Amino acid sequence: MSKYDRANDLEITPAIIKEHGFKQEEYDNILKILKRPPTYVELGIFSAMWSEHCSYKHSKPTLKKFPHKGKYVIQGPGENAGIIDTGTDMAVAFKIESHNHPSAVEPFQGAATGVGGILRDVFTMGARPIASLNSLRFGSIKSANTHRLLPGVVAGIAFYGNCIGVPTVAGETVFEETYEDNCLVNAMTIGIVEKKKIIKAKASGLGNSVMYIGAMTGRDGIHGATFASAELSEETAENRSSVQVADPFMEKLLLEATLELIDKKVMVGIQDMGAAGLTSSSTEMAFRGNVGMEVDMDKVPQREKGMNAYEIMLSESQERMLLVAKKGKEKEVEKVLNKWGLHAVVIGKIIKKQNIIVKEKGKIVADIPIEPLADSGHPLFPLKHQKGVKPAYLADINIKKSDVKEPDDLEAVLKKLMGCPNIASKSNIWEQYDHMVQTNTVTLPGSDAAVIDVKDRDFMIATSVDCNGRYVYLDPFKGAQIAMAESARNVSCSGAEPVAFTNCLNFGNPEDPEIFWQFEKSVEGLSDAARALKTPVISGNVSFYNEGPAGAIYPTPTVGMVGYITGSEKRYCKQFFRDNNDVILMIGETLEEIGASEYLKELHGLVKGPVPDINMKKEVLIQKTCRDAIKKGFVKSAHDVSKGGLAVALTECCITGTLHGEKPIGAFVELQSDIRLDALLFGETQSRIIVTAAREKVTALKKLASKNNVIISEIGKVGGSRLIINVDWASKKNPKKINLGIDELIDIWSKGVNKYV
Amino acid sequence: MVKFGVVVFPGSNCDKDCLWAAGDVMGQKADFIWHESKDINKYDVIILPGGFSYGDYLRSGAIARFSKVMESVQKFAVKKNKLVIGICNGFQILLEAGLLPGAMLHNKNLKFICKYINMRVENNSTPFTGACGKNQVIKIPIAHGEGNYFCDEKTLNSLIENDQVVFRYCDEKGSVTDDANPNGALYNIAGIMNKKGNVMGLMPHPERAMKKELGSTDGNFIFDSIVSHVKKYL
Amino acid sequence: MAKVRIHVTFKDGVLDPQGKTVAAALDKMGYKNVDSVRIGKYIEIETKGAGKMGEKEVDEICDKLLANPNTEKYSFTIE
Repeated sequence: MSKYDRANDLEITPAIIKEHGFKQEEYDNILKILKRPPTYVELGIFSAMWSEHCSYKHSKPTLKKFPHKGKYVIQGPGENAGIIDTGTDMAVAFKIESHNHPSAVEPFQGAATGVGGILRDVFTMGARPIASLNSLRFGSIKSANTHRLLPGVVAGIAFYGNCIGVPTVAGETVFEETYEDNCLVNAMTIGIVEKKKIIKAKASGLGNSVMYIGAMTGRDGIHGATFASAELSEETAENRSSVQVADPFMEKLLLEATLELIDKKVMVGIQDMGAAGLTSSSTEMAFRGNVGMEVDMDKVPQREKGMNAYEIMLSESQERMLLVAKKGKEKEVEKVLNKWGLHAVVIGKIIKKQNIIVKEKGKIVADIPIEPLADSGHPLFPLKHQKGVKPAYLADINIKKSDVKEPDDLEAVLKKLMGCPNIASKSNIWEQYDHMVQTNTVTLPGSDAAVIDVKDRDFMIATSVDCNGRYVYLDPFKGAQIAMAESARNVSCSGAEPVAFTNCLNFGNPEDPEIFWQFEKSVEGLSDAARALKTPVISGNVSFYNEGPAGAIYPTPTVGMVGYITGSEKRYCKQFFRDNNDVILMIGETLEEIGASEYLKELHGLVKGPVPDINMKKEVLIQKTCRDAIKKGFVKSAHDVSKGGLAVALTECCITGTLHGEKPIGAFVELQSDIRLDALLFGETQSRIIVTAAREKVTALKKLASKNNVIISEIGKVGGSRLIINVDWASKKNPKKINLGIDELIDIWSKGVNKYV
Repeated sequence: MVKFGVVVFPGSNCDKDCLWAAGDVMGQKADFIWHESKDINKYDVIILPGGFSYGDYLRSGAIARFSKVMESVQKFAVKKNKLVIGICNGFQILLEAGLLPGAMLHNKNLKFICKYINMRVENNSTPFTGACGKNQVIKIPIAHGEGNYFCDEKTLNSLIENDQVVFRYCDEKGSVTDDANPNGALYNIAGIMNKKGNVMGLMPHPERAMKKELGSTDGNFIFDSIVSHVKKYL
Repeated sequence: MAKVRIHVTFKDGVLDPQGKTVAAALDKMGYKNVDSVRIGKYIEIETKGAGKMGEKEVDEICDKLLANPNTEKYSFTIE
């Protein structure tokens, strides 16, 4: 032990061990690994690497259930970001990540640094970011906390994305009481990369220099990773030293410099210093390359005076990266960084012994074998094999339809729904994001999926991010299936074939067996749907401990889907109605389902099941039919039926053209059915898509549907300035109808959320 | 062929879009100019693109105006009388550099705004608008947080008297109204030029309105105007 | 009428990207004596009529609204 300078080291007391979040058996494992007590720096490294955020210790065994292989997959989970092939010389990299806890404490910086982090994950693969998305969840739109969080989060996302010049093209914003004390901020970025330029976060080459680039290291967010893994208590809300300040300008320079380094072929690998900063980037890079790494703290550029090795290793200062240079190319790396006004510093080297060695003032202050730190397969790695228990609340979660009174005034219901927070227009949110920079956004926000053109190539990218947490809460397996199906359906409605997805699994405390059950069932549901859709997962993030004083959030496995529109014609589709006299058709059929719906909550104040059924075989065929119809040019618009059901979807088709510089247009619809009217109009039966076609294409369209064994029915035609829905209900004496002016619907829909933003 | 030079400042992010508009769409020659370059005389037109030069820290455009290339741009504009167009952040840099009068304030709602707007061509006898009709309405996107143009009364009067107001925000029918003013700009100003008419700044992004799929092709009017002007006179 | 003058700046140790970028620009422009730059806000409050404000009240205003306690500190004088 003589080589360890422990003179200035803190004594490792039980209190310190507890402060670092270790369970006794975990600390015992550390002793077994090191065969001696750890130094303070080592204890910090273990605590960061074994935190849930870095280690996935609770989720890893479950995540194995996901399908992650497929003909398009170039890089699956486990890297900075996943990568899929496009069939051209280009590939697409993408990933989603959470920044929930930092955003709850400091909404502006928390959201901004979240965007910064996910952008770095994508461009460290060599990909130029071409689009960002986000999925946001807050408490009630009327609560004071939401009024603090919502503008801050939106402004933070705008600040970062706009400055760096990556368009924010799509997203979702959900308001639900469960997120009151723990908002969700999930950020996703998509990039494109020439296949031959893909680079990985892998260290190799004995003696190669380890270089540090980007911003200097300060005491920001020390133990951010452990912070993200603890429930938010009143106390942590006070303890606000974890805030990191975002610098998108620095990141823009880093982005350009990194892509230039890749062009110049001067590095072996590169990784973002994200959660747990230098600790995780050095350890993970070395682990992937089966090598060791030695880093010297005295060489790390420091923003603050008097920082020690512990602080430097655990700092989460933003906009920093670690790279391994090719032999003898250090000067060239420096030259590129200098051109962008940045510095590159050699802080260490690759060594043979597979340890992470940290030096400070010439002395070794940490020397840890890498495998047990980073390899979840290692016997001393603190992997948790948890058992889930079906939550008690699920025993009595479904409602009998007969207990729900049918509304008399259908028009009032539609109006209420169009103005409710989860359906009303979010334009005041996304107009704060630059969604057009890079001049590729051919479908702007406000359609089912964003469509991004790739210039000079025969493909476009369609993408959507979705989850209905209420469904997942009421039925984790089915809810997760639906999240997956809907995300893919949105992409299909643009004409794109869903190819692969990323996910952000937001849950409560996994040590609670009921929460863990939700988690397991959700992963199983997503996996089941992913297999049916043939869309593997290629990247993702797990965020546990999303709880507040009132308990855990709804389980929210957010799905970010990416699909391709291929062929030189690049045929794609938007959701809104186009021309007078076009025929409106519905692919799929409506069942008598009102459970879990927005209608049930908004009109009856009930969050109760059953969640609508989903048949994945049917779903796949419906989506295929829609895509084929778009590709063949049969349809002019396609819109998924989701929150608020058929009547809301029809209204959206009439009015959302206004978001895309088009005039709104009315519709005349006649429905024939003998199910309850509220289920018919506002129920959320899955696997339905509204399309429109010119009269002369209808026969071909119907033929296409029947070839795919899919039900399609003509329900009306486009035109006028009113939305009229007649219901021909054979068994009732008084047929009812909806007859509302489009302008009135636009007015209600425009104000519901926008007035709060 | 007309030679466009697109200046790249640290933090520029519409540089590639401008290069695409001038080069790929217009079929002209277009290059990037690094902010430390001095020799820009081979170009016919200099574009100062949008983005967040130096993060827009301190004030938009305040640091970029001290770049080496800006000394050359001054000479290019003032001595050589060649065309300079500043778009969005480029406009802000031109204001900070004193090549155009006035200043930008935060949008009146204090938020960044990205959306399609309409602007009316006030003066169609400039090198930048020769292909437009008088009072033509142009559909074009804005994307900025500080586009609220401001100057003192004297300056405004002289801008108006000298026909230096090139574009004003308007509704789709061409009426200049408060409702059609997205950011609170004085006199609904979207774009102005210098007295000599060879330097123009505008907040909206013509390079984003070059293709039907992007929502408008009206940006072509501005690029067409520049190209025909250069071909005719230089 | 009394006047309160308040300065709000980033806490020591919190990154100030703006100050950093300005410092680099000044250095490039040849002002070699500049070591670091921190940028903050200056706020003036005037009180109504003969009303005075106590330190406690100003503290409260700063804590609640003018400064972000997560990242900023403040100082003030009351005249």
